[in-house]
Amino acid sequence: MAAQALRPDPVSGRRRLSLGWLATLPFFAYVIAFLFVPAVSVMVGAFQDKANHATFFNVHELLQHPYIDAYWGSLRISLITAVAGALFGMLVAYAAVRDGTPRWIRSVLTTFSGVAANFGGIPLAFAFIATLGPLGLVTTWFRNGGYDLSVRWPQFQLFSERGVELAYIYFQLPLMVLVIAPALDGLKREWREAASNLGAKGWQFWRYVGIPVLMPSFLGAFILLFGNAFAAYATAYSLNQGQNIVPILIGNYYTGNVLDNPHLAQALAFGMFAVLAVMMLLYIPLQRRAARWAK
Amino acid sequence: MAPSAFVWLLLAAAYFLVPLYATLEFSLKENKVGTPCCTLSNYSWVIHNGDFWHTIKISFLLAIETIVISLLLFVPTMYLVHLKLPRLRPVIAFMALVPFVVPPIVMVVGLLRTFRGTPHWFYGEPWGFLAAAYVILAFPYMFFSLDAGFRSIDVQTLTEASQSLGAKWPTTLFRVILPNIRSAALAASFLTLAIVLGEFTIANLAAFHTFPIFLQYVNESQGFPAGALTLLSFLITWGAMLSLLVVGRKRGARGAAIAGAR
Repeated sequence: MAAQALRPDPVSGRRRLSLGWLATLPFFAYVIAFLFVPAVSVMVGAFQDKANHATFFNVHELLQHPYIDAYWGSLRISLITAVAGALFGMLVAYAAVRDGTPRWIRSVLTTFSGVAANFGGIPLAFAFIATLGPLGLVTTWFRNGGYDLSVRWPQFQLFSERGVELAYIYFQLPLMVLVIAPALDGLKREWREAASNLGAKGWQFWRYVGIPVLMPSFLGAFILLFGNAFAAYATAYSLNQGQNIVPILIGNYYTGNVLDNPHLAQALAFGMFAVLAVMMLLYIPLQRRAARWAK
Repeated sequence: MAPSAFVWLLLAAAYFLVPLYATLEFSLKENKVGTPCCTLSNYSWVIHNGDFWHTIKISFLLAIETIVISLLLFVPTMYLVHLKLPRLRPVIAFMALVPFVVPPIVMVVGLLRTFRGTPHWFYGEPWGFLAAAYVILAFPYMFFSLDAGFRSIDVQTLTEASQSLGAKWPTTLFRVILPNIRSAALAASFLTLAIVLGEFTIANLAAFHTFPIFLQYVNESQGFPAGALTLLSFLITWGAMLSLLVVGRKRGARGAAIAGAR
């Protein structure tokens, strides 16, 4: 298709190279100015001291208390919500696409997931405060039923880590449904029939066909979910501004009055970037592998 | 339907619908203890609040500015890529994925450092700094939507047909190509609208007063009106997303609709 555009010039016989590519210049100029320069600036800033001299102090500081704790907090929340979101999302998606479930359920679920995966931040936090906060709907139901959640189950608090995780699932699960539904469609009915014709039991189909085929898609989706939670700021901020996770720590540098060393915030951001870059490197081969069955 | 499928779907429905119902119920409560359901006073509080109108206007205008800049950057580029420069496509796909590795919280740190000290019309105004950042946030949506849109039409034939009939480049672009990718461009625009109207991270760190900032302020200060405001913000986001699904039914608008403002 592209070769036709570069057809040889009838006079000179040379392939004409039009100046059309100049029209892509604004795009690349924009990318450089607002994406690459700032990204590099974070990386450079992470290795500078207040006088802009090179130093490893900031990055070394990341490995010390209290910064390392924020990274552990972020990793814990991301891991837990990615595992829970991926497993439940998979089960819900499978429940919706499997034989016997009416078709309309599937279209309602994907439509709703498209909306809910994009629904996060401040409104999501409020919806959970209205549900499980001190005056929340569910809290009140339990209290009226003679079961005070805050007394009987003190380790669960909406404003604690578990509460933040419960809220994150609200956008993690629909994201999983959106990402995994095409892969579940890729599990061809003929494979199942072939397996059962060869005498495979239900679990054997999953053990030798279903799970191996789905695994790359599942792991790829898991990484997307992990990065999604790792980068989230608004929901956690709205629930608990003291939550010890990296995005909130970075935010406090800018919104509070503690900006004595901006390079520390840049180092924290650099650390996030490094974790997400590793995730991306794991994601790309999984994506290729998953695409193999997508035809 | 298999019983286990039924149980899982029921659990999911409860998990997703109860918080929405709780928000609705909250928004209808009187701001005094002991008064029973229901009142619309929280909604009237929102409508009569000057800050609400002020911030929602800023957010809407920002969304429109972001959409216009993004389309101006992406439509000619994607057109050329599909027409003549297919080798650039992976490069642009990579750029569109960068916001995954450089999320808003990291991006804003870099932008604040890079553009500190630039003129006030850029650094101090939402129309400068925030819009510049939001265009980057729109990258994945613009790329995936428009890429699918351009793929679904025969760019080559349309362009040649138009030019053999004597059309110049602007005529080809505006009267032949654009009408054919309209639903893809609309889908990308609705997604961008939803993202910008909900974006909190960059606005908060760069200290701009957009609608989500106002929402968070009300959350902290007045519980029941916050319910009404939250529901309203749901409806706006959901309206944008559902419009996306409506235009998405048409040819070529099936982009990736994942991951937004959080």
